[in-house]
Amino acid sequence: MSTVHAAPPRWRRGEGLKALLWMSPWLVGFAVFFAYPLAATVYFSFYRYDLFTLEFIGLDNYRYFLVDDRAWASIKNTLWLVVLMVPAQVLFGLGVAWLLTRLKSGVGFFRTVFYLPSLIPVVAGTVSFVFLLNPSGPLNQFIELFGIAAPDWFGDKDWSKPSLTMLAMWGIGNTMMIFLAALLDVPKHLYEAAAIDGAGAWRQFRSITLPTISPVLMFSTVTGVIYALQYFTQAMIASRVAAGVTDSPGSSFVPGYPELSTLTLAQWLFHVGFRDFSMGYACVLALLLFAFSTVFTLILLRRFRAFDEGGDR
Amino acid sequence: MHRRFLTLTLATLTAAALTACTAGTEGAPALGSRPNPSGSASAALPASAIELWHGFSAPGEVKAFEDAIAGFRTKFPQITVKLVKGVQDAQITQAVRGGKAPDIASSFTTDNVAQWCRSGTFQDLTPVIKQDGIDLSVLPEVSRSYTEYEGRRCVMPLLADAYGLYYNRALMKGSEPPKTLSELTELTKKLTVRDAEGNIEVAGFIPSFQYYENSASHLAPMVGATWYKPDGTSAIGSDPAWRELLRWQKDLVDWYGYDKLEKFRKSLGQEWSADHPFYKGKVAMVLDGEWRNAMIAGEAKNLDYGTAPLPVSDTKPDLYGSGFTAGTVIGVPKGAKNPQAAWELVKYLTTDTSALVTLSNALRNVPTTKASLESPDLDKDPNFQTFLDIFAHPKTSTVPANVNSTFNQDAVQEFLGRWEKGAVGDLDAELAKVDKRLDDKMKLSGG
Repeated sequence: MSTVHAAPPRWRRGEGLKALLWMSPWLVGFAVFFAYPLAATVYFSFYRYDLFTLEFIGLDNYRYFLVDDRAWASIKNTLWLVVLMVPAQVLFGLGVAWLLTRLKSGVGFFRTVFYLPSLIPVVAGTVSFVFLLNPSGPLNQFIELFGIAAPDWFGDKDWSKPSLTMLAMWGIGNTMMIFLAALLDVPKHLYEAAAIDGAGAWRQFRSITLPTISPVLMFSTVTGVIYALQYFTQAMIASRVAAGVTDSPGSSFVPGYPELSTLTLAQWLFHVGFRDFSMGYACVLALLLFAFSTVFTLILLRRFRAFDEGGDR
Repeated sequence: MHRRFLTLTLATLTAAALTACTAGTEGAPALGSRPNPSGSASAALPASAIELWHGFSAPGEVKAFEDAIAGFRTKFPQITVKLVKGVQDAQITQAVRGGKAPDIASSFTTDNVAQWCRSGTFQDLTPVIKQDGIDLSVLPEVSRSYTEYEGRRCVMPLLADAYGLYYNRALMKGSEPPKTLSELTELTKKLTVRDAEGNIEVAGFIPSFQYYENSASHLAPMVGATWYKPDGTSAIGSDPAWRELLRWQKDLVDWYGYDKLEKFRKSLGQEWSADHPFYKGKVAMVLDGEWRNAMIAGEAKNLDYGTAPLPVSDTKPDLYGSGFTAGTVIGVPKGAKNPQAAWELVKYLTTDTSALVTLSNALRNVPTTKASLESPDLDKDPNFQTFLDIFAHPKTSTVPANVNSTFNQDAVQEFLGRWEKGAVGDLDAELAKVDKRLDDKMKLSGG
């Protein structure tokens, strides 16, 4: 006996259309700003595309990626930033916020002091930071007062990424404010009950604070990872200032000074697409960046869900 | 019904994606597609308004451009010219893609010429050059070479830059400017002043490839190093001249001590400011372009300096007097609304002696035609004359037009940064890697 599918009632079809209509602003936005660019990126990745002419070249752009050592250097650097800079930023922001909740007086002053750097425009802040850490700058002069050989922060490939991390930690204001709000939102009676039960500061932090602020922690980490994957301006400015090279017409400058150590995937993608006019290959890098973002976000969401479920139990 | 809606949406998206390849819209007919209305005179051109985008932005530079086209306005009163200042290459590319191309665009760099010629961003001027009977031998061969690619002449040279040696007479202590690399080394050592701890106080010459104008492209002509083999592949690893340049440079860097030199270099003032170390007496000799004469006149009036051609390889004395050149280029982009009127202005600016001399006198760049170089109206002093001579020298060279010009120069520059630091172990192996990098990219670009 064959199954007979009854047509959905007229009101249900009407409801579906209505729902679609209500969703249409989002659907249009999704189509125009996500689906179409993504489809176009995949399409162009199979072409030699110099912004004017198109020529189908199959997988050549993907093959070139395998031998492009700068792309690999940029991936390595970007992963370094994701794995080390993001946790450093999150932990520092959380630590500063936690300390601010412990202060008895001067909270407003310190909150302002830690927040201020994030108000400085990125370019101006980065330039100032690099000058501050110049080989003959004030920080190195201070260090050398103690007879210690100060590093060439942004000029040494081993120090350049840690220096960028320090720059990121300096501009921690927004993360700190979010954590501060979350920490102040933790119900005080939970701490009081825990204290009566004999829980110490670490135990209270581990069992009360962390589970309560975990959504904020997840938000900061996920946005931090996406930010790190798109890291561009600070690395570009810092490397140019440290190299002492201005962007004048005809000047030759490879992003990533010194020795490609600050070259990020976003920078290389931009360079390849808009300086070398290899837009087809830039699309391959863009897809790679998209894949990284998706994978990291999924991993983090799963980890935090597991953490939350563990906390709930 | 919603399934139909979804199908329609998907079909629209797919169509949009598949048609996204067409960049820009077509403007008026391309240059040369119609017979010239009145041959070389063209005074019968219809009334029109044309827009010229250029990169100059300082008030003096903008005025110089206005002055230079005054003659054109007299000759073609029916053509209105609007000048738009401070335009960079990326804006030109985007405008052409978006179908809003200006009638004329100029660029400070020759690095994008090959790409523009190949992609058709700028129109091929060959038909109208032939139509108007312009003899291109009025331009030095090197200027002709950097304004065409694979037989397509899509831009004309407007003004040129030539590179030479500037020296501070007070710091030279009576020495003559060096003519060979070994003389440069010797003089550098003699003129360098250090403090008790060995820190550099005054440098004779800074050999770092990262210092201001000391790029690979500017230094290569000192040893006659070539960029490409006749088949278009990289010559960096196989041309012994590069090795000669690298070894000379590294020896001098090591004499300073890389760390000491870097510390000194990073303590110096900005290249485009009145704090330039050459003005401040921190460096005795620098490699720079002819424009520095005008900057010194404006920012360091009392500086007693001289200019000379760059020192050259000891084994190639015939190179002395030559140097590197490139310059401003100008052309008619694809989609220009009034290409014929635009061409008339391009022709006027690039071949009219009076226009070139006016621009050169105001901007202190090298005029590009032989007649303008010899014009009695051209302001010349011994320091500027040096660069006119370098530009006119038969062995003066440039980076040959290549679709990967920027990529290739960046790749070499990045290698040089590691080289001078001492991070390169096996030079031959590393140069082979540079060759491979350039050749792989050329293959991807369809070269």
